[in-house]
Amino acid sequence: MLSMGLNNAYIQQRLTDKFPDQVTGFEEPFGLLGFSAPAVMNLKIIQFLYEDEGLKFRFLTDLTAVHYPGKQDAELAVVYLLHNLVDNIRIRFKVYTGIGKPDIFTATKIFAAANWMERETYDFFGINFVGHPNLVRILNVDEMDYFPMRKQYPLEDQGRTDKDDEMFGRS
Amino acid sequence: MEEHHIRLKQDSLQKETTTLNLGPTHPATHGVFQNVLEMDGERIVGATSTIGYIHRAFEKLSERRPYYQITPITDRLNYCSSPINNIGWHLTMEKLLGLKVPRRVDYMRVIIMELARISDHLICNSVVGVDSGAYTGFLYVMQYRELIYEIYEEICGSRLTTNIGRIGGFERNFNDKVFSKLDRFQKEYPGVQQEFENLFTHNRIFMDRTIGVGAISAERALNYSFTGPNLRAAGVDYDVRVAEPYCAYGELDFQIPVGKTGDCYDRFLVRNEEIWQSLSMIRQAREKMEKEPPEVFHADAPAYYLAPKEDVYTKMEALIYHFKIVMGEIDAPAGEVYHCVEGANGELGYYLISDGGRTPYRLHFRRPCFIYYQAYPELIHGALLSDAVICMSSLNLIAGEMDA
Repeated sequence: MLSMGLNNAYIQQRLTDKFPDQVTGFEEPFGLLGFSAPAVMNLKIIQFLYEDEGLKFRFLTDLTAVHYPGKQDAELAVVYLLHNLVDNIRIRFKVYTGIGKPDIFTATKIFAAANWMERETYDFFGINFVGHPNLVRILNVDEMDYFPMRKQYPLEDQGRTDKDDEMFGRS
Repeated sequence: MEEHHIRLKQDSLQKETTTLNLGPTHPATHGVFQNVLEMDGERIVGATSTIGYIHRAFEKLSERRPYYQITPITDRLNYCSSPINNIGWHLTMEKLLGLKVPRRVDYMRVIIMELARISDHLICNSVVGVDSGAYTGFLYVMQYRELIYEIYEEICGSRLTTNIGRIGGFERNFNDKVFSKLDRFQKEYPGVQQEFENLFTHNRIFMDRTIGVGAISAERALNYSFTGPNLRAAGVDYDVRVAEPYCAYGELDFQIPVGKTGDCYDRFLVRNEEIWQSLSMIRQAREKMEKEPPEVFHADAPAYYLAPKEDVYTKMEALIYHFKIVMGEIDAPAGEVYHCVEGANGELGYYLISDGGRTPYRLHFRRPCFIYYQAYPELIHGALLSDAVICMSSLNLIAGEMDA
């Protein structure tokens, strides 16, 4: 019965009741409820979203990361896209971590699918998923000694003047 | 005098299993990826997958490309059904821009996407046939994939990596040849599909080779984030076209076939039934399309949709936008959007972050086969080597999509 009225407002209420100070930054771009939490809380919140009878976010649609070089001590964001298939509602959950020690608890114990998704995220962003059973590179070569999707690794020669940032609207 | 012997690895004499490399370039893998199998006789007791051989850094490339130049990148994900990837990307951009396309464009897109789904499914199912020793079906349906590719060719000029459509619609209207080829396809293909199914569905050998092979329960499939026909074969009726209808799917009448056992046979049946549903959707979309004004094939989006060449030469505004589009000087609005479509092998998602610049700040592709391939070792545990090959082709793995 709880799930009959599952909507963004209800999810937000449940999360605020359960984690009053930790879950913040609620937003609804294009109807998708998004929020964030401190990095250490990621597993507790995912577990709650999974197990709570009123929420039941039991499908991990996607897991990836974003690099925001300007955010002091929160340069890397790990993004979880979760789906409640019964009520057909999605949420986007972000946790931020500093680039110096990017430790995040693994979600592999809850979702088998997180295994490769986390390996890919490690491979490209260098997120250290603590507790992951096999955290090694997956798409890049093993010998690679950097994390290529970080913003400090530009795709093209920055000396080129025909394709510099100014041309792309960034200064 | 010192004796020289072959140095064996420590404990290798005691080892009772055989290590076997399946791939990376074995013809039965239908793509460049490797499985290191641990065999006890002919039984598989362990498997490790190695992927990434054709990784092309699509997500990194996307961060330096104007939005319209990302469409050709999406071609190269699941290249058996490129139009779905292209249109999924255009829909993502339209969501970010808040752009509404004319109804006729929605129907045109449904027709193209369902053709792509048919071409993808018929390849997958006929390759399952090839791997079980029945080559005929493959050659038989291939003629009709050719016809589908000819339809693409009439619209966009290419066949495999289509780059079909634009943000806002299509680059050109469907011409008479498109409609006559569609007529031919709709008239002839049902008979071919029926005959293909007659060859396989109740064929004793085929059934023995596929029933119970590579099975997965609904619960495990969900935990592994399966989507598409692989999930539906396990009995879960999740389909993006129904859960979050896009284009014209909300007003079409169709059914979502589901299986029970999640094995290779059920996956085969689900795909066959989806082909019939796709044929029905194409028919419905064509009927509805006839009621729309025939000259409309794109939205009015001058900043994203290239003006006709004669306008570029004669009108100032068209010339300015042409220049800005080609030079990649269009600023997209800032926003964070996730959009997904039902790809031929599962939920194909685009997670796009725009910071208001001329290229994406971050673009991530949710690639269904990258996600479900990790279940492969579990699916083939205890199976025979020949079953592992069938299981792989019935999962519809596309290396291009997996490695991005």
